[in-house]
Amino acid sequence: MRSVMLSLLIVAVVWLCCPGTGLAVTLEEQAQLLASELRCPVCQNLSVGDSPSEMANQMRELVREKLKNGENPEQIRAYFVSRYGEWILLAPKRQGFNWVAWLLPFGAILGGVGVIGFVVRRSVSRSRAPGDAQLPPLDPRYASRLQAELKEWGQ
Amino acid sequence: MATWKKLIVPIAITPILLLLAYGFKTNPREVPSPLVGNSAPPFALSSFDGGTTGLEQLRGTAIVLNFWASWCFPACFEEAPALEAAWRAYKDRGVVVLGVDIQDREADAKAFIERFKLSFPNGPDPHGKISIDYGVYGVPETFFIDRGGKIHYKHVGALTKEILKAKIEEML
Repeated sequence: MRSVMLSLLIVAVVWLCCPGTGLAVTLEEQAQLLASELRCPVCQNLSVGDSPSEMANQMRELVREKLKNGENPEQIRAYFVSRYGEWILLAPKRQGFNWVAWLLPFGAILGGVGVIGFVVRRSVSRSRAPGDAQLPPLDPRYASRLQAELKEWGQ
Repeated sequence: MATWKKLIVPIAITPILLLLAYGFKTNPREVPSPLVGNSAPPFALSSFDGGTTGLEQLRGTAIVLNFWASWCFPACFEEAPALEAAWRAYKDRGVVVLGVDIQDREADAKAFIERFKLSFPNGPDPHGKISIDYGVYGVPETFFIDRGGKIHYKHVGALTKEILKAKIEEML
């Protein structure tokens, strides 16, 4: 149980601390990655990278142009935020109240795992220990009859 | 144990209800512009009739910068007469109306201008640079830029004569 929780925690920390932009090498890869982080303003829940709309196409071109001009991904993100607000980012920035959105799913998963573990452990411990002490003492009349029956079956 | 069991459901549900209540309070269509109250981004507009204008040339003038498209029906069709009327009423009082045609075909845009007899400068935004610089996410959208070059107000949707008059008067 603890190892599962620890693994989940490690995955969460790695995921939260290492944004993927650093993995992009070429300018085109960086442009695609940045476009995938931006919300298409004229679409329903599509990124600039995924949208076939003209505006998204123009935004992709602008991202490429800015990268060619030597701007780094952080500057380009900041440019779009300065024009559209944080709304333009598909994933909220990892700061302030936004941390709730980032951490809540992991909290829910950990809570769920905890509840499942608690329920499973309780049911296992119940089935392992039938709890002799909890049962009422056997009536001596039935005890002697049981013994007799058992002897009979044994023969 | 029984008390704990009674409390667990309200404890789990309360944050979800609070989040839902917060979500219902906000208007999903409203996207506040971070540009309002700040300096307007500089732009250069080459109009369909061959002229060129831009923020620098218009310093000291109040600007009504309207983003439109000929396919934007009915909102752009509804506001076009109001924009032309505002231009005619205020052009001698230090106000200029500018139209930025976005994501459009030139022939369609010119037909639109002809249809509504628009006499204020209108030009295309072929690479979307002006519209992206102004954080435009649809048409029509209109920015009211005061004489000091700051964005006074942003309007999303069709303009009416009343809104135009009120916002222009605020800038004068």
